[in-house]
This record gives sequence, structure tokens and C-alpha cells, in this order.
Amino acid sequence: MAAPMSFIDARPPPARRPDARSWLRENLFSSAGSTLATLLFAALLAWAAAVVLGWAVVHAVWVADADECQAARGIGACWGVIAEKGRLILLGRYPADESWRPVTATVLLLGLVVASCNRRLWNSWLALLWPAVSALYLWLMGGGAGLSRVATDLWGGLPLTVMLTVASLALAFPLAIVIALGRRSTMPAVRTLCIAYVELVRGVPLISVLFMASFMFPLFVPPGHSPDVLVRVVIGITLFAAAYMAEIVRGGLQSVPRGQVEAAASIGLTWWQAQRKIVLPQALAAVVPPIVNNFISLFKDTSLVTIVSLYELTGALSLALDSDPNWRPFKAEGYLFIAAIYFVFCFAMSRYSLRLEQRLARSHGR
Amino acid sequence: MTDPVVQFERVNKWFDNGLHVLRDIDLRVQSGERIVICGPSGSGKSTLIRCINALEQYQEGRLTVAGHLLDGGEGATAAVRREVGMVFQQFNLFPHLTVLENLTLAPRWVGQLSAAEANERAMAQLERVRIAEQAHKYPLQLSGGQQQRVAIARALCLQPRIMLFDEPTSALDPEMIKEVLDVIVDLAGQGMTLLCVTHEMGFAKAVADRVVFMDEGQIMEEAPPADFFGNASSERAREFLSKVLGH
Repeated sequence: MAAPMSFIDARPPPARRPDARSWLRENLFSSAGSTLATLLFAALLAWAAAVVLGWAVVHAVWVADADECQAARGIGACWGVIAEKGRLILLGRYPADESWRPVTATVLLLGLVVASCNRRLWNSWLALLWPAVSALYLWLMGGGAGLSRVATDLWGGLPLTVMLTVASLALAFPLAIVIALGRRSTMPAVRTLCIAYVELVRGVPLISVLFMASFMFPLFVPPGHSPDVLVRVVIGITLFAAAYMAEIVRGGLQSVPRGQVEAAASIGLTWWQAQRKIVLPQALAAVVPPIVNNFISLFKDTSLVTIVSLYELTGALSLALDSDPNWRPFKAEGYLFIAAIYFVFCFAMSRYSLRLEQRLARSHGR
Repeated sequence: MTDPVVQFERVNKWFDNGLHVLRDIDLRVQSGERIVICGPSGSGKSTLIRCINALEQYQEGRLTVAGHLLDGGEGATAAVRREVGMVFQQFNLFPHLTVLENLTLAPRWVGQLSAAEANERAMAQLERVRIAEQAHKYPLQLSGGQQQRVAIARALCLQPRIMLFDEPTSALDPEMIKEVLDVIVDLAGQGMTLLCVTHEMGFAKAVADRVVFMDEGQIMEEAPPADFFGNASSERAREFLSKVLGH
């Protein structure tokens, strides 16, 4: 017969944080095999670092001299291309002597977005600031009232990328909430309409939405009555993004227990009050990660507007280099440059999302 | 005798799946009366009290609450919900709002009070359930018993004439049941009209004016606690009592 019960030995208490030496020994040099692997990978890493640094820094050409760049081809990077074409890449075809206008406008717009991310600044004047800054942005970019006119087909580069993203997101997010609520409505007509919208838009690639907005839409309205191509594209992206976001928001709405709505009803709140005060705050807090995911992907998807001859950051890079045989060979450096810009924006969004999640979790006492 | 504050007249209700959940319910509750509703699970007790604040709609009969005929119209529903407070088994506090914000919501948005007035009223109700010191915490930072007391205070904030309790202690750890029942007993002593679905038979004996026993959607018995516990007339009620009192 087996022993009825026996105690297992107590486990040792968790070790204190090891110092660097014992950590190294334990994790990197614990056995002959592990030591070998460590040395091998260290060598590989060193070699890769040397190659990259050699290309990007040591043998790189920093001045805007096409001949020098040509001589360094394959050995060192030609960062001179950024010095030479930087303005064209960043601002596109916008008139050179008016460069301060897109720069100011974009700084203002980004400032507003950053301010809006800070919950302490959420009050009524921030809500008023949005239309004000939007109007200022359009005036600075488009001109009129003292500034020379710049047609929208000359807008480009980073200002266009930022504007397309901010405008589409600011419009798509509220629309997505309305559609998500509509999909859960008890009114069959509203629900059917919202389902049809989401399914229809999700079934079409963004490129075809953009084509429709820029080329097909004008065919169906009387000449001269079609809104500006930029407006059509913003609306196209907005409608496209809203369909995806609506599904994310709907997921959030479904995560709010039924009891919450019942409790809200039992204390006399109307349906709208219950949605606004009880359901949406919890639903949106639950879907911060997928929503930000969606924002990031939309930010990068704006590069597709190149297809319809709007030269945002990616498009402006091709525009700047393709037409100049002296600099065309150094497009890789240009791509690395704009990749770094995209990364900074996306990484900022991702960090903000993380902070938001932590703050929401803390404030709910979870 | 004055008009009853809650009056069911031959009320019938079917769920969407066809289940006949309330059968010919007749029930009159006078102002200030304390009713305990019990019965086996699935007997329709919760559905019955959820009809009183229009969380559930019925299909046949008439239900009048605080002088308003509940016929599915929004006006009557809104009016009734201002007169009726409800406490749920799972508390259903709003986790994203502090205790105080949970309480001021209805006074501010339904009762149209100013922020200061709403705060004052909320604090008074928190005093009443003896939990005022937790006003600035979030619900999930409180124990189950504390959460349920906050839920009671929230329901009291619109100063209702009728309070509904849907198994208020069933989700609580045993040692927290008393603190919640004590608060309900206090309310009962203050003349509040009270309908409570519960299996706490000790509470029923101590507080109830009448015990309503339901089974399969019907009211089987309706009697003062002494009669109900002493000599229930129906076989089903005696069987039920032997189960809940037997341990």
C-alpha cells in the first residue's frame, strides 16, 4: 500500500536579482555548447554591425555631391541625396518659396493631435480648436485671404500623409461608432443598412475605393460640380476605414455585459444616455489595441493615394528621384529615410496605445 | 384602502422561444408593504419583478406601477423607472466610474440636479448604507458586500417609492450576506415598499408582510410568513420549504 501522504520538499525562495557576472555565466556560458553558440552569434553580430556601420556611417557620403556619391556606390551610403532632395521628398511639389506654409500647418495639426491625446486637456475649447485648426490648415495650405493660392494637386509629402490620416481618422471614428451602434439596433431597417454598408465596403480593396473616388465619381456628376479630388479621396478613405473600425467597436460593445445596460435602464437613463455614459466608455476602453492597430495600418495605407496622382510621402520620394538621373540610383537611401519617418509615427502611436491601456486599467481599479 | 402601488392583473408573458414564463399573475402590493418572493429556479420570480420596472415586457393583462399603466410606452416606462429602484444579483455597478460617480449619474442626468446637489444626495445615501468612506474608490476595489451596498445606495439616489431586489445576496460570500441584509432591513423599517426575490428564509420571516411562492410561472401561495412557514397549503411549497430549510 502506498504511503497515504507525504510532504514534498519546500522549494528554495526565489533568488535575488543576480549580478551581471553570474547572469552572464548562467545565460550565455553555462556549458561548452552554449559558450560556442554565444561566441558564434557574437561574431555574427559584430560582423553585421561592421557591415551596416561601414555602409551607413564610415564610407557614407554626407554632402549633396552626385559625383562623390557615384564613386561611393556599393561601398557607402549616399545621404547627400536627402540633403539634395529632402525638401521635395518631405513637401512634394509644393512651391519652394512657400515651404513655411505646409511646415507650419503640419506642426499645428500634429500639435492638436498630441494635445488631444492628453486627457487633462479634454474640455470644450479643445473641441472648438479642432474646426479652428482645420480651417487654419486649409488656409495655410490652400492660400487665399493674403496668401497665394496653391492648388491641391501641388500638396504633397509628409503634410499630405499627415492630413489624410488625421482627417480620415477624425471622421471615420465617430462614423464607426454610429455604424456599430446601428448594427446592434433593434430597428430592422437601421440594422440591415449598417450590415450592408460594412459588408459592401469590406468586400472592396482600398485601391478600388480610391479609383472610384478620383476617376469614376466625376463621371456621374455634372462637370464642374465634382468636389476637389483631395476631398473625394478623404471621403473615400473615411468610408473605407469606418467599416473596419465599426467591426472593432462592435466587438467592444459586445464585451460590455448585459447587466450594465439593465442597471443603466433601471436608474432611468435613456438608451442614448446609457450608450454614452455606460456602454461606450467601457466598450472603447476594451478595444484600444485593435483600434490603434487600425490607425497604424491606415496611416501607412495612405501611401496608396499615389495611385491616383496624389504625391504623399512615398509618392513624393519617387517624384523627387525618378526624374533626376543623377540621383535616381540612390533611391534606397531615400526609402530608408521615409521608412524612418513612418517608423517614428507608428512607434509613437503604439507607445501611446500602451500607455492608454495601462492608465485605463489603473483607473478602473483592476 | 388606497390603490395598490403595484398591481398585476392576469399578466401573462412568453419568452421569445415560446416559454410561458408568467401565467395569469394577479398580485396587489400596497404602499409600504414588504413582499418576499421565493420559489424554485426557473419559476419566474426574477421575471416577475423585472416586469415592474419594465426591464421585461409582458404580452397579456395589465400591470400598473405607481399609478402608471406599463403598456410598453416610453413615457410610462420613464415615469415608472423614476419611482422604482432595483438591486441586481450581480451588483451591476459601473466599473469605469467611481462609487460617487455611480451614484450621481441618475440624479444628474435623470433628476436634473446640479453637480453639488447630486453629490450631496449621493453622500447621504452612502452614509445610509454605511460606506461613505469608499466614495472615491472604484467598484472593483471593494468587497462583494460593499459593492452590493453601493448598488443599493445607487438605486436609492432617485428617491424611489418602490425597491426591487433580485436575489441580492446570492452572489455574496456567506460572511457578507448579513451586512447587506441589515441594510435592507433598515430600509424596510423606514416604510419603503419592498419586493425581494430571495432564498434567505430567515430574512423573510423577520421582514416580510407577505411571502409569495411561485412555481412554473404561477403564484402558488401568497401568505404572511407565519402561515407560509407554519403550514403551507400546497404540496409544492412544502416540498420547496423542506429543501431550503432542511440544511
